[in-house]
Amino acid sequence: MASTIRVRATATGDTTEVQALIQHPMDSGFVKDAKGNLIPPHFIQQLAFECDGKTVFLADWGTAVSKDPYIKFSFKGGNKGDDLKISWVDNKGASDTTTAKIQ
Amino acid sequence: MNLRPAIRLASVAFGLATLLSAALPAGAADSADPAADAKAFQNYFTTKFPKLKLADFVNGPYSLNEDMHRQWVEKEEFPPYEFSLEMGKEMFAKPFKNGKGYADCFDNGGIGVRQNYPYFDEKEGKVITLELALNRCREANGEAPLSYMKDEMAALTAYMAFTSRGKPFDIKIPNDPRALAAFENGKQYFYTRRGQLNFSCASCHVQNPGQRMRAEILAPALGILNAMPIYRSEWGGMGTISRRFTSCNSQTRGVPLEPQSDEYRDLEYYLSYVSNGLPISGPGARP
Amino acid sequence: MKMIPRRMPIFALAVALVLLGATSTSLLAAASEADFNAAYAEAEAANKQAGALRDQWTTTAAALANAKKAAEAGNFDAAVAEAKEAEALAKASVFQATQEKDAWKAEVIR
Repeated sequence: MASTIRVRATATGDTTEVQALIQHPMDSGFVKDAKGNLIPPHFIQQLAFECDGKTVFLADWGTAVSKDPYIKFSFKGGNKGDDLKISWVDNKGASDTTTAKIQ
Repeated sequence: MNLRPAIRLASVAFGLATLLSAALPAGAADSADPAADAKAFQNYFTTKFPKLKLADFVNGPYSLNEDMHRQWVEKEEFPPYEFSLEMGKEMFAKPFKNGKGYADCFDNGGIGVRQNYPYFDEKEGKVITLELALNRCREANGEAPLSYMKDEMAALTAYMAFTSRGKPFDIKIPNDPRALAAFENGKQYFYTRRGQLNFSCASCHVQNPGQRMRAEILAPALGILNAMPIYRSEWGGMGTISRRFTSCNSQTRGVPLEPQSDEYRDLEYYLSYVSNGLPISGPGARP
Repeated sequence: MKMIPRRMPIFALAVALVLLGATSTSLLAAASEADFNAAYAEAEAANKQAGALRDQWTTTAAALANAKKAAEAGNFDAAVAEAKEAEALAKASVFQATQEKDAWKAEVIR
């Protein structure tokens, strides 16, 4: 299956702007399915962005983040061609990682 | 004794007469002019929103509200329908068990043909929508049909729309009284109030586009199908034209018809025809 | 002040009607399963008619479901009331659909 992470990072001057879209149900555990049964919680717990082995963004997420979350931030440093590694781990232990080049 | 058959005959004759008289006005409506309808329809919207270009209407509410437009530009950099689009691309390329594929069912291998759907099939005497054609393609190749509402069907139509982006809607009404009747039927469905709330499609999407309905901004009917299928944040996922029609109906507290019932097919035919000339912009994203 | 005497008879009539209505239902008292079945059949027939006109209402379906639920619980008073509600809604939808057979034309853009 294709990666669950889409990312675009662009370096302008001394900052790098990062946008990412992650495919994840982000079930809060409070929603019921069509039969009235609770859908168990299933959400991303930690999301990390690493640039050249250094963590530039670390997020501890909970159930309040929406389905298929989108995130945008910028950080100082990062050059065109650098590797940006994105990874997430959810509460069921599933994870995904992808690497993108800064443009 | 002979009275009874006589009465029956008379009542049959009377019935026929009423049928005929009922059929006559309908016959008169056959002189309807779809081209003039489409012109009036587009003219209504361009007059109502003089700042917009015709092609802007395919972006629905985003063209009517500046704030939303700014959000949309940002959103389009990372559109929420991307995952569905990718899934559609994979599904489209994957052959069926018998070795054939979707490409074998469509002109030009299914690439860049969205703008020609729905079309009127003179053999069947009915309107064929893209969603219907996709399921028929599956069934003809021994695959189970998909649900019309979302997921796989939305992914497939998203991919097919994507390959047709920018191509203007090119719906044709052949010289067949049944085609004209289908168009008129669709028009009637569009303007008929239904449900406990007594709304027609036109109540919202013709008379009040750009106005707020609770937190939503109502989309103009012109170009509304060009953006289908859509990722709706409200739905938390993708939806097809069938989903749009059925959920609109139930929102007016009417029991929706079966997806791809004759009425919905005719409605899609009408609504697509009056948007002729506007470019396909699907898949779209809506709040 | 002058208005009051004129309104009085209507008001009295209304009160009388309400009282009459109240007494007549209380006289009929507990509805039976047969009452429910009859009321439900009528509601369903009306809703079927709406279905033929392709204009059923979700509220009719909900009232029908409520009626059935109440009947299953043995509460036939409530069941009959819900069935009557469903019938009224179904009839209104039939009226709407009949009305719209021509009325839709007034909304068409020309």
